[in-house]
Amino acid sequence: MDITVNILLTIATAATPLLIAAIGELVVERSGVLNLGVEGMMIMGAVGGFGASYLTGSPWIGLLAAIAMGAVFSLLFAVMTLSLATNQVATGLSLTLLGLGLSGMMGTSFVGQPGERLPNIDIPGLTSIPVIGRLLFGQDPIFYISIALTAAVMWFLFKTRTGLTLRSIGDSHTSAHALGIKVIRYRYLAVIFGGACAGLAGGHLSLVYTPQWVENMSAGRGWIALALVVFASWRPWRVLAGAYIFGAVWIGQLHAQAFGIPVPSQFLSSLPYLATVVVLVLISRNKRLTMMNTPASLGQPFVPDR
Amino acid sequence: MKKLLIALMTTTAALSLAATAEAADKLKACWVYTGPIGDFGYSYQHDQGRLEVEKALGDKVETAYLENVSEGPDADRAFERLAREGCKIIFGTSFGFMDPEVKVAKKFPKVMFEHATGYKTSDNLGIYNARFYEGRYVLGQIAAKESKAGVAGYIVSFPIPEVVMGINSFMLGAQSINPNFKAKIVWVNSWFDPGKEADAAKALFDQGADIIVQHTDSTAALQVAEERKLHGFGQSSDMIKFAPNAQLTSLTDEWGPYYISRVQAALDGTWKPDNVWLGIKDGAVKLAPFTNMPDDVKAMAEATEKKIAGGWNPFTGPVAKQDGTPWLKDGEVADDGTLLGMNFYVKGVDDKLPQ
Repeated sequence: MDITVNILLTIATAATPLLIAAIGELVVERSGVLNLGVEGMMIMGAVGGFGASYLTGSPWIGLLAAIAMGAVFSLLFAVMTLSLATNQVATGLSLTLLGLGLSGMMGTSFVGQPGERLPNIDIPGLTSIPVIGRLLFGQDPIFYISIALTAAVMWFLFKTRTGLTLRSIGDSHTSAHALGIKVIRYRYLAVIFGGACAGLAGGHLSLVYTPQWVENMSAGRGWIALALVVFASWRPWRVLAGAYIFGAVWIGQLHAQAFGIPVPSQFLSSLPYLATVVVLVLISRNKRLTMMNTPASLGQPFVPDR
Repeated sequence: MKKLLIALMTTTAALSLAATAEAADKLKACWVYTGPIGDFGYSYQHDQGRLEVEKALGDKVETAYLENVSEGPDADRAFERLAREGCKIIFGTSFGFMDPEVKVAKKFPKVMFEHATGYKTSDNLGIYNARFYEGRYVLGQIAAKESKAGVAGYIVSFPIPEVVMGINSFMLGAQSINPNFKAKIVWVNSWFDPGKEADAAKALFDQGADIIVQHTDSTAALQVAEERKLHGFGQSSDMIKFAPNAQLTSLTDEWGPYYISRVQAALDGTWKPDNVWLGIKDGAVKLAPFTNMPDDVKAMAEATEKKIAGGWNPFTGPVAKQDGTPWLKDGEVADDGTLLGMNFYVKGVDDKLPQ
């Protein structure tokens, strides 16, 4: 029983950064903006979070710093693509490259310094309940944030008027503009929200997952998050499912290896990617629904002509 | 789109080149790393070696390096650029740079090339390596003494000879103490991904291992050991700060003395392509102070370290291969060629080698 709980906890830790970054990017893409800079914003969040926690001694301040770092860094993207109408794909890619380099430079003095881990939640009486206690009431705070965030984004996008407006901008920014909606302002807020999420995901890496700073520590997780959004056809609950399938298969294959199952490890390593894509493609097989959920003006720059 | 990408990549590569180009009579020594120098592991240790060169040879040399260069054909450009930019001696520090370096060395016969952990040489390409397996034998002995379960978890990157050799040496060391010792092996197919390494460590601990060994570069696995109040070994650099109660010792790389001697030789004009394989006795492989273990285990580890420094090879017979067929006869010592191309397990390893 103990091992099952441990495995589930490990899966949650592996899935959380993917989920947070992907949910943020989902909101950005729903507003019609494609930000390929997730990896860059994530790593900036990781270095900012670790740095603040290291300098102040408080991982909670680190957590806030990670969010702020991601948000500020995404502002750069917002100014370029929204105000100056640059190409979103190119700008996003350069944001990633810039983030990877800049974070390495900023983090030079943190290399080789152990960090403090954000403590797990501990509710007297509840956390000690066997099995479900640790799963429901004993994880790290960012895990709960990630679940709450997913629920909040679902509610916001599909149950509120502002959410509807945001989606309408993503579908046709010219129509939205003609209706008097402030397209650019909405998109700015969406991009900054996405950046804050990516920063938080990065903070999870350097404050919870592996409490340390090393260059490139995001190791491609931003790209996985990006892919999750597309394969989940821009639906929040599918992003959640995708992140957890990825995490589960990833942890499962490590256990399979440790157990000594005679399957080539290279195949096992690629399994999380395969499984996630297959499952998400299967649940997205309704073409009409997928079309409806795809933001029609995704990636197109918007320049109001009057 | 593609052009743009390439342009972007070259710009960043250019930015990451830490060049201090000035006087022409200085010898320019250059390094190519596969990881970031901030990995606090393999590439970090090579860069420490570069800094030692700067310190020892002062204004007679200038150095430059390229980090994050991916292995394989892409590395061609990195080496070619350094050669064109006036580097007189270039160190490629990863196994995967072998073929690119051979190719570029042919193009620039006047430039001196050195390649770590490979096996191909030419008129202007020498190879150097460290006998990490020597240290791993000691780790195996400590693990067998310290593990209550008799099971170690072993996190590995890629099935190259270097790694296989390490697993074998570790197992021989462990078996010399406890013949029934087991190691659970997990391949993470990456040299550097702290998250994956932490996940692998958790999985191994969950399955009953109580000591973690790694052939990957980050401190993540040791941090997990610290959290679970279990033990493990560091890799490449001394990681005691990350796991003050968990690290038993760390297998560290000391490249500085070798780099200094080679750059000095290049300065003197006596450089020749070399083929060296340095070990504990040369100071290239070091074990960090033995901690968190009883005195008798510490004494044993020190004795073994000394024995190896005295010239004893952990791959001394009798040793059987995994399937039980004999490999080394009693007293027979494995030759370097076999070790450098090692693609089989010794008896008692509980894993199928990925091909």
